[in-house]
Amino acid sequence: MRLVTALLGATAFCAVSTAALAEGHEGERGRDGEVKIIYWQAPSILNPYLSGGTKDIEAASLVIEPLARYDENGNLTAWLVDEVPTVANGGVSEDLTQITWKITPGLVWSDGSALTSADAKFTYEYCTHPEGGCAQGTKYEGVTSVETPDELTVVVTFDKPTPNPYGPFVGNEAPIIQAAQFADCLGASAPECTDANFGPIGTGPFTVTDFKPNDVITYAANENFRENGKPAFASVTFKGGGDATAAGRAVMETGEFDYAWNLQLAPDVIAKMKEAGKGSPVAGFGPLVERIMLNTTNPDPALGPDERAVVKPHPFLGDPAVYKAMSMAIDRPLLVEIGYGDAGKVTCNWVPAPEVYASTNLSCDTQDIAGANKMLDDAGIVDTDGDGIREKDGVPLSILYQTSTNAVRQDFQALIKQWWSEIGIETELRNIDASVFFGGDPGSPDTFQKFYADVQMYANTFSGTDPQVYLGNGLCDKAPSPASQWQGENISRFCMDEYDALHAQLANTADIAERAKIAHQLNDMIVENGGMIPLVHRGRLSAHANSLGGVKLNVWDSELWNIADWYRVGN
Amino acid sequence: MLTFTIRRLILSVPTLLFISLVIFLLLKLAPGDPMASQPLTIPPEVRERMREALGVGAPWYVAFPKWLYQFFVVEPLYFADLVFGTSWSEGQQRVISWQTRSPVMDIVVQRLPQTLWVVGTAYVVAILIALPIGIYSAYRQYSWFDNAGTFITMVGFSVPPFFSGVLVIVIFSVWLGWFPSIYDTTHTVTDWESFKVQLRQMVMPVMVLALQITSQLSRFMRASMLDNLNQDYVRTARAKGLSEKVVVLVHVLRNSLIPVVTVIAIGIPAIFGGAIITEQVFKVNGIGQLLITAIQGNDLPMVQTLTFIFAILIVLFNLIADILYGVLDPRIRYD
Repeated sequence: MRLVTALLGATAFCAVSTAALAEGHEGERGRDGEVKIIYWQAPSILNPYLSGGTKDIEAASLVIEPLARYDENGNLTAWLVDEVPTVANGGVSEDLTQITWKITPGLVWSDGSALTSADAKFTYEYCTHPEGGCAQGTKYEGVTSVETPDELTVVVTFDKPTPNPYGPFVGNEAPIIQAAQFADCLGASAPECTDANFGPIGTGPFTVTDFKPNDVITYAANENFRENGKPAFASVTFKGGGDATAAGRAVMETGEFDYAWNLQLAPDVIAKMKEAGKGSPVAGFGPLVERIMLNTTNPDPALGPDERAVVKPHPFLGDPAVYKAMSMAIDRPLLVEIGYGDAGKVTCNWVPAPEVYASTNLSCDTQDIAGANKMLDDAGIVDTDGDGIREKDGVPLSILYQTSTNAVRQDFQALIKQWWSEIGIETELRNIDASVFFGGDPGSPDTFQKFYADVQMYANTFSGTDPQVYLGNGLCDKAPSPASQWQGENISRFCMDEYDALHAQLANTADIAERAKIAHQLNDMIVENGGMIPLVHRGRLSAHANSLGGVKLNVWDSELWNIADWYRVGN
Repeated sequence: MLTFTIRRLILSVPTLLFISLVIFLLLKLAPGDPMASQPLTIPPEVRERMREALGVGAPWYVAFPKWLYQFFVVEPLYFADLVFGTSWSEGQQRVISWQTRSPVMDIVVQRLPQTLWVVGTAYVVAILIALPIGIYSAYRQYSWFDNAGTFITMVGFSVPPFFSGVLVIVIFSVWLGWFPSIYDTTHTVTDWESFKVQLRQMVMPVMVLALQITSQLSRFMRASMLDNLNQDYVRTARAKGLSEKVVVLVHVLRNSLIPVVTVIAIGIPAIFGGAIITEQVFKVNGIGQLLITAIQGNDLPMVQTLTFIFAILIVLFNLIADILYGVLDPRIRYD
């Protein structure tokens, strides 16, 4: 009897201890050997302040870290500090012009020296140096000073009340760099510091051992990392380059790699790869929206260079019946199924995420060709000359629809062209190489800013979780024009006084619920008044090997944000 | 021959300068912007500042001489410093890539071994296969071997590597699991085991590349052999009672090799140029892959430098081919 009890006890103990191990994955640092990551875009530099490319920022996020970052649900989480400063805990001043960060005592860089507030102050100076060409300048916009009253306190002062003071030192785009390492790299000499740019010293779970630009990076576990027993992996191989198909294949079919980033592949291709059984896709949804922008100006080629796509109005796109009918004619669920599968959702919103900011007032998930036809008929926009194309005031509804060259986008164009032809709108399609379309060269007639077309399709998003700056893209004075060398984010040249006034109100509101309400109104206003036709809420789809545990896909920050918690399953 | 060589070498200087100017102007005229790869969340003012920091907007009469100076003066000085331990290049800006903000030549040096290993091996393998096939096909013209060879070389000639590459990956990596589908550039050969790993990862890219090169060379070899096999001196040799082996492998082969050697020499710059598509398919991070990513990123200094290096190699190997021709064929004299 005793023996049985003892055996039972022993068994129970074993079960408990293995369960504990499996649950917590405790153990020595570096116990799980190597983890291999593949990004089909290869990192060219490990300094997010010199390149805004996602690949570069995420590769750097293993090494350098911000004071606070967003978790997988978009919540701000303390990272190198004990708590996130808010008005409630006194970290943000009542007038919203100052935020005080308290760095966790005892943190050290991977070289063993202490992390201090001076490093944060230096980071600010590095990025705001006028000759530096810092890619993350917007993160530090409106900051008048960064003070360091003591070794661990950072006080950031803004020039005006800032309801969202979580720009500087927050998120993977604004990490703290080591003052000692970058001291000689300010301003014009920033690009010359190759060693520092290729191997920054950081506080993160890994340190760079070898960086081959546009190829491969190897990291080793940071011996001075703040958490005991982490990271579980002793080294990371971060391979870059190739294409999304090859990356997906390497994780899900051949099992050569453990993690593949951003697999923009057709849904059936992903499903097929998954069948091989070596890895699984994971999807997460940020605020990325594929949309059709409507031109509110006249893009007629007959107009001169100072008037084309500058003077208003558009001959027919400003008519609510036209743009609403165009939106109703689109079968969004079909677009999602064909183009994005699990990595897409139907959306009628410009700001579809985070949840609190996503408006729920609009509906567009069923196609209604008959309704669209009726709407146009009722508005008196009918086919008068019998050529199958409707006319408004004698102008045929004939539109030029442009986008960047990309297989999914060309599929979308073909489908939408067909649906619009069913409601009497003639569409001419055009696609432009992405590097030209998004290149912003003021001399080129083919940029999306110039918008020498009636409608154009692309995707856009915002970083972080606060949409204020993004909603600012609908302000009248942000419209690109010859006067601004065709720079500006208000691509549709949407302009409404009420919108501008409401946005100003948003900028002075701190309460989250109130901000969300205003954001909903702004979102609805631009969609309802012919600024754009949202199509698909696009997610990020990555894949990890089935033997890799601890992955939490984060679309609000670096996908590798919690690599310190990754571990090898089984054995 | 020496005066010919010297004359050609001197002539190649203006040629190369002209080529570099043409490349530069073409790149300058081509649409595109290095900031295009940056996400849309970065506003235009910031982009403009980034462009200024890189010197993107500089007019061609400023940027081109600057590049010439960096390429022809600073870079050689830097390498001299490395070799002799001097410090001539100190404080001088080298050719800097816009994508990585690091010296272009450092990356080229880093990439060259991969390209030489893979593309170089493929070239050698292809020559070793192509010559015997070409010889035997010509000797037994219209035999089943010749017909099969013609078919295979036509297939190898017409199937592009972005198809054949992916095909062999699917067959040998995904289905059979014999070879890795992604080339490991961090792998270093230290012993027999690691050498075997290196061989395994090289098999597929070498196979795909060798198929193409073999096709070209074996056709050349066959045609050249056929030309010679019908010559009078062959009949004479046979009439003298020489064995078939001696007739074909000594008399005919020697003469037939002359044009083939030229073709091989002219093809050598392509080894350094890498195989853009094959490298991309197998993730061999060599020169070809470097060029294509630089083009995609509108990294003008990198594209300019790489294409110019190719230009130098092409001019040089054309000269070598001409000289070889003279050495091999006593009928050809340049002086």
